[in-house]
This record gives sequence, structure tokens and C-alpha cells, in this order.
Amino acid sequence: MSSTSTEVRTRPAATKRRRRRSVRRLTGRDKVVVALLLGIPLLLDLIFVWLPALATVLLSFTKWTGVGGIHLKSCTTAGTLPGLPQPGCVYGVQNYSQAFNSAITPDFWPAVRHNMLWLLVFIVIATPLGMLFAVILDRGIRGSRVYQSILFLPVMLSLALIGIIWELIYAPNLGLINTVIGHNKNSNLIDWLGNPRLNLWAVLAEATWRQAGYVMVLYLAGLKAVDPALKEAAEIDGANSWQTFWRVVFPVLRPINVVILVVTVIESLRAFDLVYITGGGNPVKGLELLSVLVTQNIVGETQRIGFGSTLGVVLLVISLVPISIFLYQVFRREEKK
Amino acid sequence: MTVITPEAISEAARPTKHHPRRQMTAGSVAAQLFMLAMAILWITPIAFALYVSLRPEDETSRLGYVSIAHTLTFKNFTNAWTQSNMWHFFMNSVWITLPAVIITLVLASGVAFVVSRLNLKFNIAFLILFTAGNLLPQQVIITPLYRLYLQVHLPHAISSSGLLYDSRLGLIAINVSFQLGFCVFVLSNYMKTIPGDIDEAALVDGASLFMRYWRIVLPLCRPAMAALATLLTTWIYNDFFWAITLISTGNKRPITSALANLQGQFVSNQNMIAAAALMAAIPTLVVYILLQKQFIAGLALGSSKG
Repeated sequence: MSSTSTEVRTRPAATKRRRRRSVRRLTGRDKVVVALLLGIPLLLDLIFVWLPALATVLLSFTKWTGVGGIHLKSCTTAGTLPGLPQPGCVYGVQNYSQAFNSAITPDFWPAVRHNMLWLLVFIVIATPLGMLFAVILDRGIRGSRVYQSILFLPVMLSLALIGIIWELIYAPNLGLINTVIGHNKNSNLIDWLGNPRLNLWAVLAEATWRQAGYVMVLYLAGLKAVDPALKEAAEIDGANSWQTFWRVVFPVLRPINVVILVVTVIESLRAFDLVYITGGGNPVKGLELLSVLVTQNIVGETQRIGFGSTLGVVLLVISLVPISIFLYQVFRREEKK
Repeated sequence: MTVITPEAISEAARPTKHHPRRQMTAGSVAAQLFMLAMAILWITPIAFALYVSLRPEDETSRLGYVSIAHTLTFKNFTNAWTQSNMWHFFMNSVWITLPAVIITLVLASGVAFVVSRLNLKFNIAFLILFTAGNLLPQQVIITPLYRLYLQVHLPHAISSSGLLYDSRLGLIAINVSFQLGFCVFVLSNYMKTIPGDIDEAALVDGASLFMRYWRIVLPLCRPAMAALATLLTTWIYNDFFWAITLISTGNKRPITSALANLQGQFVSNQNMIAAAALMAAIPTLVVYILLQKQFIAGLALGSSKG
């Protein structure tokens, strides 16, 4: 086996040609197998992920309560019959102008702001913190393994559980924080999760608690893969550990950095569970998020499918930025081959 | 150290793990203190929840959660267990998570085999399609998906609602479809590292394509499959969003999303809610204790491509 592999390595062009030929050598039965192996998952992915993604874009230009079908007629000509449920109609960009108009949709811009703040906190606090944990642990200080296990624990827990256990920390009369700082009397209570000025920050502390451990693990994996000779060379050249990290190690970690960027942006757009648990399923002032607005339009009596889809498109457009960066980085090299 | 080799130099220059005592500089003391403080901060919410859940509600409502316990009891756990029918919700989770993980791994390994071991024309396009699908925020697709689930009718033998909506099958389907992308990505990267001559040799021996996939490549992927199985089990078990939006009947929900209902049911007894939540975390804590390495290996596999 080893002799063949060296032989192959010396003749890459030949292998490639041979590999190409191997496709043609597939028997009829093999082709059926390929079609099944690829076809079934592809069908699932298309039906359950890409069809809805496309439908979100199309539906965002309609007005539909989910009752009756959708007619390809403009809503202005459809007319209203009182008492009858309206079928869906083409609404143009009306959903978008309604969403962006804060007189009609007061929650939209606060939601965008909160999602952005979520992202900002993840970038400015959670990610550097996780990175710092990883760098310290990677140097192998005493107790590294214990520290790593503790910091990693929240990553294993569901966000629903995290939301529930943090309520004990934030509880106004009985909770940990108010008791410690002496604000647990009825006269001076701090309502961490209810006060619209505070609650987003309180929930962000919960989210950071989990996210930092996640970032830490990803960076640890990246740091393990860095060639130690690089660091040694820098240290021999007289660089201190700060310089070594930022000038030598960090640039090598570029692929991991892109992964973390993607994870960070996508996670802050997906943010939902903590807020849902905190509000007990009800909207909470101060905790408006795009994801929460989307779901509000499909549950309850009045479904606004078109409007909900519009908010989905907003999320889609934002998320396409990091997704494209990631895909470009990963598949650029393969395209060249 | 007498003979100076490059290795010896690097050995001396590296702040190694072999000589921890020599390292007791101000920097390492600061690092130690920092990590200690952070570890305490990180463990506090969990330890606190455990402490509160072990105390009777009438005691904590009188003294607050931050007080010396007079009684420590498992009453909250046993009450939460019996009053909320937790076993039922656990089994819901099992019957969703187990099939979803197995189906995802089988399907994803098939795709990964085709795109990484056969030189098809569009294999990168397929890879991009699957990978990108997994990166979308769920909320982008939920609105049409919700309508789709209401349109698809199923026999009552499969779904008591008669629809894909509010059915176990529907929840399995979306979890599988959504997680496929990540697994295809990881497994195809992994399969590319397996030398091509292995299945070339099998080909010469007359093995069919399916044999090469099932008997040769798949067994070699066992480490990656184990890591992915650990990740998927945790993620699907912990899923909240799909179950909240696509399952409307409370007692059909898996345990993680059922916590939201329990929160309403036990609203006057936070201690019991905490106990229920901690019990719901037991499977993930088992994974954490026994399979932490696998879990981390899975995350590393997912992020190491670039």
C-alpha cells in the first residue's frame, strides 16, 4: 500500500486522470446508488430548507392571513368583502415600507437595534473573552483541564435551561444579585428582566456566559493546530508573548477567525430561546428581536404570512454577508483545483 | 542540554508544561487568579440553581435564595418529576432525537461519499448548497415552513394531527434537513483525507460502489461519525425553536421546549422549575462527563477547514 501511495504522489496528473475515468467506470447499478445517496438528502434539503428560503422572498411581496389561497392579483384591486376572509394577494413592497415605518411597526427598529447590540456584545465581550480563555489554557497553566471543563459547561446546556436558571440570579426579591447589592426590599427593587432599560443587558450576560465557552473551544482547537515552531521562532527573535500572539499566531488563525465571525453573526441573528423563556412566551418591552417578531406573525389568531416573511428576508440579507465570506474562504481553494 | 541541538534550543525557549514551577512569574500568577475568578463566576449560576432547587419553596420565599439552608431535600425533584409527567417528555425527546441523529448521519455520509470520492461535475456546488443551508438562521425559513407543514396531510396512523404540522415526523424531518449541511461538510472534509487508493484497490477487486461506501469508507470515518453523533444528539435534544413553532400540542413536545410550559405550570414555585430544568439537562450532562472529548472533537472538525 505504501509503495502505491508514493507512486501516486509522484504522478498527481495521472491519478487525476485515473480518478476521472473511475466515474465512467460506474455500472448501471452504481449510478442508481449514486442517485439515491445524493438524491434523497438533496431532496430533503431542497424541500425543507431551500424551498422555504425562496418562498420567504416571494411571500414577502404578498399579503396573506393564511386563509384561502394566494391570488396573483394586486391587493388594491382585490377589494374587500366584509365578513369574508381575504385570500392572499400581491402587495408589492408594502410590507417593507410598513416594517421600516416606525409609526406602523414600532417594534421593528428596536428589534434591529437589539440584534445589532447582541452582535456587538458578542464581538466586543464574548469573543475576546473566549479567546483569552483559550490562550491562557493553551499555555498549559496548572488546572487547565478543570478550568476548561467549567468554562465549557454552559455550551452543553440548552438555552431554555440557561434562561430558567438565570431567573434565580435576577429574581427581584429573592435573587442573588439584588440580595448581594442590598436592593431586595420592595422599596428599592431592581427588576433586571422586566425593566426595558436593563433587561437586554441582563439577557446578554446570560448569552455571553454561554458564547464565551463556545468561542474558547473553537480557538483552543485552532491554537492546537498552530505549529509551535512559529511561536518559538518569534520568541527567539525577542518578541514578547503579546507580540507573538498578535503578530504571529493570530494571522495564522485566520480560518478559525472566519468561522468564529460566522458563528457570532448567525448566533446573534438566531437569538430567540433566552428571550422566549424570559418572557414566558409573551413579548417583553426591551427585548424585541427580529426572530421574536418573525414568530409573532405566525402564531396566534391573526397570521401575517407576508409580513413575517418580510422580516425573514431582512434576516436573510444580513446573514448572507457572513455566509458568503465563509463559503468564499472554504471553497475558493477547491475551485482552483 | 549539553549538546546544543535546534530541539534543545526550542525546548529551552518554549514556556513548557514540563517545568511549571519555573514559570511562577507575575504573569502566570495573574493568569491563575484570573482563571480562578472566572471559573467561580462561571460555575455560580449552575451551583446556585442546584442549591435553590434543593430547598423547599416556603423556606426560600421567607429567607430569599441567598441564605443558609435549614432543610435540603429532593422534594422539588420528585414533585416536578411526578406532577409534570417528565418521563413522557423525556421519551418524546428520545423518539425525536434518536431517529433524527441516525438518519442525519446515514444520509450525510452518503452525500459526503459521493462529493468527496467521486469526481462528479457539480460536487462543489452540492457542498455549498448543503453547507449554506445549515448556516441560515431558522427564522428565515420558518414562516413558509410553517405554512408548508399545514399543507402536508399525513395518515392518522403516522400523525395524530393528520398533518406534518404538530407531528413527530415533521420535527424529525426539519432537524434532519437542517443538520445535514453541517454533517456533509465535516464528513466530506474527513473523507478527503482518506487515501484514494483504498477504494481504487477495492474497485480493482470488483467491489460495487455501495460496497466501497458502506464497507470501506464508512468504517474508516468512525471517529468523525462518533464526534458528530455526540454533537447532533446534544443539539437536537437541546432544540427549542423548531419544537416551539412546529408542535402546538403541549404534550407532544420534547422536554427542552416543554420546559416553557412547565414554567407556566409551576409559576409560583421557582425552586421546582429549577429542579425540572436541571433534570432535563441530565442527558446533556452525561454527554458532558463521558463524551466531552468527542463533543469538542466534533466542533474542531467543523471549524478546522479553511
